[in-house]
Amino acid sequence: MNTDPNPAAPISTQLATAAEVPADEIALEVERLNLHYGDTQALRNISMRIPRQRVTAFIGPSGCGKTTLLRAFNRLNDLIDGCRTEGEIRLYGKNIYDRDVDPALLRRRIGMVFQKPNPFPKSIYENVVYGLRLSGVRKRRELDEIVEWALKSAALLDEVKDRLDDSALGLSGGQQQRLIIARAIAIQPDVILLDEPCSSLDPISTLKVEELIQELKSRYTIAIVTHNMQQAARVSDFTAFMYGGELAEFDRTGRIFTKPSMKRTEDYITGRYG
Amino acid sequence: MRATAAQSQESGRALVGGAGSRLDRYLRSGEPYIWATAAAISLAFLITAGLLLLLVSRGLPHFWPAELVQAVYAVPGQAPQPLLVEIRDHEAVTTRRLQDAGLPVAATQPSYERLLVKTGNRELGGVDFRYLLADWLQQRSLPADASVFERLEWGNFHGYVLALKRDGQVVASGEQAWVEYQALQQRIDALRAQRRALEKGAIASVNGQLERLRLAMRHLELEGRTAQDSPGAFAPLMQRREQQQAQYQSLRAQLAALDAEMARETLLVRAVSGQQRELPLATLLRGYRPNGMSFTGKLRFLGAKLVEFVSTEPRESNTEGGIFPAIFGTVLMVILMSVIVTPFGILAALYLHEYARQGALTRTIRIAVNNLAGVPSIVFGMFGLGFFVYFVGGQLDQWFYREGLPSPTFGTPGILWASLTLALLTLPVVIVATEEGLSRIPGSLREASMALGATQAETLLKIVLPIASPAMMTGLILAVARAAGEVAPLMLVGVIKLAPTLPIDGSFPFLHLERKFMHLGFHIYDVGFQSPNVEAARPLVYATSLLLVAVILSLNLAAIAVRSRLRERFRMLDH
Repeated sequence: MNTDPNPAAPISTQLATAAEVPADEIALEVERLNLHYGDTQALRNISMRIPRQRVTAFIGPSGCGKTTLLRAFNRLNDLIDGCRTEGEIRLYGKNIYDRDVDPALLRRRIGMVFQKPNPFPKSIYENVVYGLRLSGVRKRRELDEIVEWALKSAALLDEVKDRLDDSALGLSGGQQQRLIIARAIAIQPDVILLDEPCSSLDPISTLKVEELIQELKSRYTIAIVTHNMQQAARVSDFTAFMYGGELAEFDRTGRIFTKPSMKRTEDYITGRYG
Repeated sequence: MRATAAQSQESGRALVGGAGSRLDRYLRSGEPYIWATAAAISLAFLITAGLLLLLVSRGLPHFWPAELVQAVYAVPGQAPQPLLVEIRDHEAVTTRRLQDAGLPVAATQPSYERLLVKTGNRELGGVDFRYLLADWLQQRSLPADASVFERLEWGNFHGYVLALKRDGQVVASGEQAWVEYQALQQRIDALRAQRRALEKGAIASVNGQLERLRLAMRHLELEGRTAQDSPGAFAPLMQRREQQQAQYQSLRAQLAALDAEMARETLLVRAVSGQQRELPLATLLRGYRPNGMSFTGKLRFLGAKLVEFVSTEPRESNTEGGIFPAIFGTVLMVILMSVIVTPFGILAALYLHEYARQGALTRTIRIAVNNLAGVPSIVFGMFGLGFFVYFVGGQLDQWFYREGLPSPTFGTPGILWASLTLALLTLPVVIVATEEGLSRIPGSLREASMALGATQAETLLKIVLPIASPAMMTGLILAVARAAGEVAPLMLVGVIKLAPTLPIDGSFPFLHLERKFMHLGFHIYDVGFQSPNVEAARPLVYATSLLLVAVILSLNLAAIAVRSRLRERFRMLDH
């Protein structure tokens, strides 16, 4: 795969660094974000801009706060007792931590795929329409159409179209993960968060998911947490390197992997650290 | 090079045998523990099988038609006595004990075989059962025409048929009388069923109407009105009462006609002692000749008796007849209890596990709930009596059933209070099992649901509750098992020895929650320990126990079937 991202993309060619993303191309803007679990601080003063319809990868050693940051984007950290968030995250200009924001509505616009595939113990069909039913879609035809589209987008339709009513738990790990992606895009979010989506998959399934990410990026803003350097290099346009709860370096992926500005980033990428 | 070869040879040898003595190695192999676990499970299995076997072997013979032995009982130094008995049991008794009892036994013989026989003919001999020494029971024979008659009262009659009489005239005698009696018995059974239907149906309904009219009038009186100053309110009630009373009279007449029809025939029989009795056919349930029965005939008899046992009401202070009301009461109470405890327990567990902040308070509540399961059940009975029956029931009577006072409606033990008390008793089981199920649901599923925009309530309803439903069923199964076997608290809050009516019947409102009911567990206690006729009751204790086990088992199996269907639907992810 080409490590140099977006060779012909219209917007990013102008961008020398991530910090220069023009305001109208920003999906998520993080400003002075601090997050505490009880007495321990998990995120320290993070500010960054995540561009629209691009893949942004988060790398860094275990426990550096990548996943926590990702879960801050859809306020999933709110579910954890004793978790405090300060600062702002703006989705298209609106601070998602404002008091008038309904987390359930927010999560319909920011979908998430987890580290381990977690399908509901329901049929494949019911898994995909879960979010749709929540947002009040009732018509069977509409549901059918979206299921077909979502499964097709997740490159799963051919494998499951004859057994949509079978339990989703009967699928292989890779299929399950693509089903989770289909489930996430079925509600047509603006942003998709991927938390190490390939860590429990075999190489072939990983490849399929990576291809899928490339497909999806034309329509969605994607944030992906990964431990796999090659994967970050292959799929992402921008890469954020995190260390100890701080955003150590954030830049175009090509630059991070070829000319990192920090020694620590270079050490991590080249495997000398981490 | 050589040194390394020796070394590897050395480490190869270390694999063989292992360190320590043989006993040490045996213990380390784990074999004794496997044996211990196997022994434990075998013992548990044997005990269960033994229990069932005991119940079956002690209970079933009661329904088997025992042979009628005609013999002469010759106690040395006394006049010989002719007997016609069923031999029910035998045991060896030491001579010493017999001597102590004052029997003229020969001291040379170390022990005697003692028989327990059923003599029947209670009105002649005063007892149903006697202990006899086998050695003194002589000239035994099995006459083919010896007959047993089951009667509504006075127990069985053992004897020989002499003649059949209709309206006082002999219409058949000898063998012909027996043949005709067999046909007539079916007609009597049909008439008796008709009489019963009349009593339980039309007459009961008229009685219910009359009682309701009485209460309606009493209600008016409580409002301060009398028949003098508001005839408009009373007149229609009075009129309807008169109609009902007229109908009651006509029904009584029908009943009397049926009685007269049934009373026409009598059977003249002779006991083995020579005394003659005239048995009205209306009082006979069944007549049979066990000595002449084939094996299949006896099997058919056994089947008929078993059906009778589970489908009819008890007679003769519970020592005869069936136990249907007790089965019905037990099952209905358990169902009511389940209907009450399931939603209650699940809601409590949901709040405790899903909504309440986990802290000192929830921990305390959880400990309290667990301890509640250890409170002796009789204490719950006391609480049920004090709180449900006297306080809640008393208040209900004050508010809604004033016209019935001073006789209470809900302010007295009844099936509703019994079910509520048992629901309280089994609540901890349901809460603990449900919480267990809730905590087994992986957090990833909840997060997946929330990440798709579900609120916590939606996640609960659509994901958590369905997946936890098998665990809730487990809680219900344990609750049912506990409740169905519970007796002590029920004695305080609603169970009685003999209930005149079932809690469900054909009269409005069909389910009578205020009624008292019979219960298998209490029935066992009552028959076993409160019965005037111990020998007759003993096999019934075993048979009733067997039935109680069967009822609990089938209730549990039903719940388990539901659970396995739920499990199939919501099979968990296997990681």
